[in-house]
Amino acid sequence: MLKIDKLCFSAKTAEGEKKIIDNLSLEIADRHFAVITGPNGGGKTTLARLIMGAEKPDSGKIVWNGRDITELSVTERACLGVSYGFQQPPRFKGLTVYDLLKIASGREMNRTECCAYLTQVGLCARDYVDRDMDDSLSGGEAKRIEIATILARHSELMIFDEPEAGIDLWSFTRLTETFGTISRRKEATLVVISHQERLIALADEIILIDGGKIAAHGPTAEIYPRIMGQTVRGCTVMEAV
Amino acid sequence: MLDKTVTGVLDQISDTHEFPETAALNIRVDGQKAERRNTKDIEIVTKTDKDGIDIHIAPGTKHGSVHIPVVLTKSGFKDKVYNDFYIGEDAEVEIVAGCGIHNCGCDTSQHDGIHTFHVGKNARVHYIEKHYGEGTGTGKRILNPQTVVYLEEGASITMDTSQIRGVDDTKRYTSADVGPGAEIIIQEKILTHGEQNAVSEMDISLNGVGSKARVISRSVAKDGSSQTFYPRMKGNCECFGHVSCDAIIMGNAHVRSIPEIACYDVNASLIHEAAIGRIAGVQILKLMTLGLTAEEAEEKILEGFLR
Repeated sequence: MLKIDKLCFSAKTAEGEKKIIDNLSLEIADRHFAVITGPNGGGKTTLARLIMGAEKPDSGKIVWNGRDITELSVTERACLGVSYGFQQPPRFKGLTVYDLLKIASGREMNRTECCAYLTQVGLCARDYVDRDMDDSLSGGEAKRIEIATILARHSELMIFDEPEAGIDLWSFTRLTETFGTISRRKEATLVVISHQERLIALADEIILIDGGKIAAHGPTAEIYPRIMGQTVRGCTVMEAV
Repeated sequence: MLDKTVTGVLDQISDTHEFPETAALNIRVDGQKAERRNTKDIEIVTKTDKDGIDIHIAPGTKHGSVHIPVVLTKSGFKDKVYNDFYIGEDAEVEIVAGCGIHNCGCDTSQHDGIHTFHVGKNARVHYIEKHYGEGTGTGKRILNPQTVVYLEEGASITMDTSQIRGVDDTKRYTSADVGPGAEIIIQEKILTHGEQNAVSEMDISLNGVGSKARVISRSVAKDGSSQTFYPRMKGNCECFGHVSCDAIIMGNAHVRSIPEIACYDVNASLIHEAAIGRIAGVQILKLMTLGLTAEEAEEKILEGFLR
């Protein structure tokens, strides 16, 4: 189980110190598929980075599989089965897609296995396996390779940050099938930050984050209609239409 | 019989000390010929006017292979050698050069290798050169290679040059005269560490219509080392050239990159780009999320960058 207890995180902004995560508590059961959604700037990516250890909280606790991981490094968390797919994956001059997938899997993986992960994210494996992970890849291609690295880790907790961003409709369909399969087979706890209705609809539960707090959390059947009914709240122009 | 020190250095610069029977071979150790072998198509001849060899590759040679490694093991030994390659028309050859210095003494060891390539019409050359230094002595290890290339019509050369580690000081100079429809690709990789210094200058002249040149430089400067790149490319006719210099800087290192392109014809098209920077934190972070430590991540990034 992933348990987050009274987590706080602030950052310095031009306007001064700003609370990004505000006393947030949360539990996600093992092998559940949770989607985190909410308005831009609400703290979703920061929460994901805090879970991975890329940011250090001001206070609060993160407990994974009964172990307090709050003080552990990114590497230590990765070795405990936490993985994180970046919203904007970095590029590497000289490292190939094959290199990256082998690093991700933590073993000598043969090309056939490597290609299977690329196929799962809608990429024609033969065209990509030997390509450099550099700027010659489009945003959507890099994003799909990023997701493939998480799949190759076979970690128990997979966190994806807006996996749909930059991905074309056809590849996105393949991707939703992959998430659906992981969820159905109960292969991992899936935490996906997303604004995409089709992904949200696939989840077991939805966590709505706004202003660094949880605005709503519950089963998809309960939360999804509420979100859909609130999409134009606060926009006077849209409300007037 | 080559001793262990020599075979160890050969393993570093040639990836082997047991060279294939089908390859022409000239091993030079401390200024002397240690081993030589010719093949049906490739003849290596000692120069009579100065120190060095002439390598003749017969026209039409296919899958030709030449190894000409140089090893210095005597501390304080200074070596200057002239190697001239004559590659016949339509020949295809891979030439593996390279120099390794083992210096366990307190005196400076130095090797200056001057290579000249005369590449005949439509011939294709792949030139691989590795430079390496080792040894526990305080004496410096200096390598100053000069490479001069003449490409006739339709000829091509790909030069993969690398300085692996352990070279205290290097001044590299490469010049090329590229004929009609000919192409030169230079892929240079340099790693400096400690207080080492590396300078690489190039003069590439695109003189023939339809000639092409690509210079790709990748370098890593660590600790207090310094590097200077000064590739100059001239387009004298309808031609295409691209110079790209990328450097990763670490610690207190210094890197200067000064690519220069000059067009002397309205149909010449030349591009240059240069980038120097540290390893991005997000790259380290990404590899840490895949289970590597920060140190392992850095090593992987550098390994890929200089591959």
